[in-house]
Amino acid sequence: MSETTQQLRRGGWFCRGMLHGLPIALGYLSVSFGFGIMAVRAGMSVTEATLISLLNLTSAGQAAGVSVIAAGGSLAEMALVQLTINIRYALMALSLSQKCSPRFRLLQRLTAAYGITDEIFGVCAAQPGQIEPPYMCAMILVAAAGWVLGTFLGAFAGALLPASVTAALGILLYGMFLAIIVPPARRDKAILCAVLIAAALSILCRYLIPALSEGFAVILCAVTASVAAALLFPRPDEEEEGST
Amino acid sequence: MNHAVYIAVMAGVTYLIRVIPFGFFRKKIKSRFLRSFLYYIPYAVLSAMTLPAILYSTGSLPTAIVGTAAALALAFFGLPLIVVALAASLAAFLTGLFLQ
Repeated sequence: MSETTQQLRRGGWFCRGMLHGLPIALGYLSVSFGFGIMAVRAGMSVTEATLISLLNLTSAGQAAGVSVIAAGGSLAEMALVQLTINIRYALMALSLSQKCSPRFRLLQRLTAAYGITDEIFGVCAAQPGQIEPPYMCAMILVAAAGWVLGTFLGAFAGALLPASVTAALGILLYGMFLAIIVPPARRDKAILCAVLIAAALSILCRYLIPALSEGFAVILCAVTASVAAALLFPRPDEEEEGST
Repeated sequence: MNHAVYIAVMAGVTYLIRVIPFGFFRKKIKSRFLRSFLYYIPYAVLSAMTLPAILYSTGSLPTAIVGTAAALALAFFGLPLIVVALAASLAAFLTGLFLQ
């Protein structure tokens, strides 16, 4: 099996990547629909919302970024918020970079880096053997198309939907966040601890320090919770990590 | 401030985070504390972003609470992301209909 997959020609790898990207794209389509609605509600135009999705390809970072814009935050806040929320991609990128085939030259790396998301990382990391550039790029192409199209549709058609529907779709992204954090928190009490500390601090910030902007509150709470968890439960040395 | 400036900063930072380790960095992180910190950060970020914001995400506390409960229950049993997300929306929508 691994020998035949190693020998797939360039076109074969490309098709395989598109195929593996399809379920990711379908999932993205509906979630980014919710993001499109959320972005327009926060004052973005349809073009801006779509552009944000095209340039960022990340759910949590975009949602936080839009609230920084809506609140009129500073550019430093924007940069710090993105850094904190998306720092996990650095870890995933680091891990994936060890799995790249020699055919990944600088140009391929610069291109594929754009598409490192939780889901694409997860699928690529689970592949046996090395990753070929056409495989990863095709997966990114399909997934990004779903993400951008969904955002456009949500931003564009969101205004046409009845208010009761768009209101209910506002919870979509958060539902996905819960689906990401709950299963590992259930398995691993160290993760549960980080999650609970972050949630408790975030609730305290919201009601006790309402002047603190949402973006900075997320940074403060997440960094504090992660430092606490890292001190209380340091990870074992040799472990395959980074998948969420 | 112009939205385009925000969007440029947002996209620039997000790309740099991905491209620096993927394109240029080849060594492994040795510090155990730093690796642990990086391991916990995604969960902590998502948790802080979700609570309490999820309760205000539908514009109505009761529908948001029902949606959150649905998401928590389905996520607890490890259902796929998209199922959990859509179920939360559906639960909030149905609660909204019921309250009218």
